[in-house]
Amino acid sequence: MGVDASSLTNKQIRDSICVLIGPLNTKNIPLVPETTFSIDLDLDSLTVMDLVASIEDEYEIVLPLNMLPDMENIQQVADAVEKIVKGQ
Amino acid sequence: MSKDLFEKFDDHPMVKAHRLLPEGMPDPSAVRMDEVHSQTEATIDGRRTILVGTNNYMGMTFNEEALEAAHDALRNFGTGTTGSRVLNGTYIGHTELEDTLREFYGTKHAMVFSTGYQANLGIVSSLAGKDDIVIIDADSHASIYDACAMGNATVTRFRHNDASDLEKRLSRLPAEAGKLVVVEGIYSMLGDRAPLIEIVAACKKYGASIAVDEAHSMGFCGETGRGIAQELGVEDEVDFIIGTFSKSVGTVGGFCVSNHPKFEQLRLVCRPYMFTASLPPSVVASARAAINALRYADNQRGALWDAANRLHAGLKGLGFKLATDKVESPIIAVCLEDAITVAECWSELLKAGVYVNTAFPPATPAGLYLLRCSVCAAHTSEQIDQIIEKFAQVAGKLGIRPNETRPSGEESKKEQDRPESDAAAATG
Repeated sequence: MGVDASSLTNKQIRDSICVLIGPLNTKNIPLVPETTFSIDLDLDSLTVMDLVASIEDEYEIVLPLNMLPDMENIQQVADAVEKIVKGQ
Repeated sequence: MSKDLFEKFDDHPMVKAHRLLPEGMPDPSAVRMDEVHSQTEATIDGRRTILVGTNNYMGMTFNEEALEAAHDALRNFGTGTTGSRVLNGTYIGHTELEDTLREFYGTKHAMVFSTGYQANLGIVSSLAGKDDIVIIDADSHASIYDACAMGNATVTRFRHNDASDLEKRLSRLPAEAGKLVVVEGIYSMLGDRAPLIEIVAACKKYGASIAVDEAHSMGFCGETGRGIAQELGVEDEVDFIIGTFSKSVGTVGGFCVSNHPKFEQLRLVCRPYMFTASLPPSVVASARAAINALRYADNQRGALWDAANRLHAGLKGLGFKLATDKVESPIIAVCLEDAITVAECWSELLKAGVYVNTAFPPATPAGLYLLRCSVCAAHTSEQIDQIIEKFAQVAGKLGIRPNETRPSGEESKKEQDRPESDAAAATG
């Protein structure tokens, strides 16, 4: 990443997560902050894992497995990522 | 009225898959062996059946010395210890078995658990505490995932068998945090090997400790059967080797060996070691005899690899897509289109007198549907040929054209990436 991640706004983070979800969103579900991964997007655990890895790579962070149960929708992931990048 | 506690299982992937089994088809999760004739044959549904899905790699279940030792221990020490290792459950046999493990692995310390599952559960959950970080291969066995869920450490995963991905993830972790990397020597579903030299190098570079689960590699990998770490010459750099007695040792139980100077402290803090009854004396005695036999089992090792090569070549010759292109282990997994094809093939093979394992997502990586064979050193070439012949017959009967069994575009992409799985298969 060329930009300083810590200066990103919550919305910018959310938008970039939506870009990463794009190829996985095979049913073209409209992506809003409340969109959930397992129910709305119908992603299986393998695909979710892939998504987690690509978000980690995008921001060069670690999203621990322990946090996954609390990250059911896009907003929750954006919040978690924001907290991690700003805490660095 | 309060909710039925069982309602949640309606959507469980395993329960859903079970519901899809066609009427009248035998249930792969409810096979019963009525008689066991040898390491490689049993009677199932009144039929004499060749077993090629038992993880009994070295055929130790009927080893003469192990049988003798178990009989003697049963007579002399009774049917069970009725207690924990830290109370009344340590008999002379348990400490002798730990001596045998120390000798076998050439380590200073050895600790015996009541199952392989508990060994992973105990070691991983105890070593990695609140401020530590566990880094696991994404295709790890259920016992490793459960250990992570049980412990208080931060847990993160790296892409299966990808040492550079591991290195990248290690580089993002705080330098001062305690780190434990957990991998397996051979992965149980596909039978593929870990690139341990590169993985160990990444761990050393970032000061991480490494534990290697050799459950599916002990007995036949390495000069004296210690596993992949021995074969690749990295044993001195591996901090903890975890293993099981329920595969190449032919009984049940688990263990961990290490040279860490404070290793013995684990006996005081490791809950899956403390809060369960120790192994029965007969099991301990047979494990000890079998481990001693493994050291000198060069003939069986040769026979096992011959059988694995023969089965791999035979099934490949029929056009089946196999999980590993070359023989990497005695696990030969056939990849089929979907769950129903696997269930039908499995059922027809059983009716034809061949028992294999079935494996579906989420227990398999990369969303693969597998008929999983595991070869035994005691399989004769005639038995292997019969297995191949039955596979050919069943494929013909069901109209499966193995040559055309190729994953779809999405599947093959997934396969290249070798992504993560729940790996919840109960092979521990």
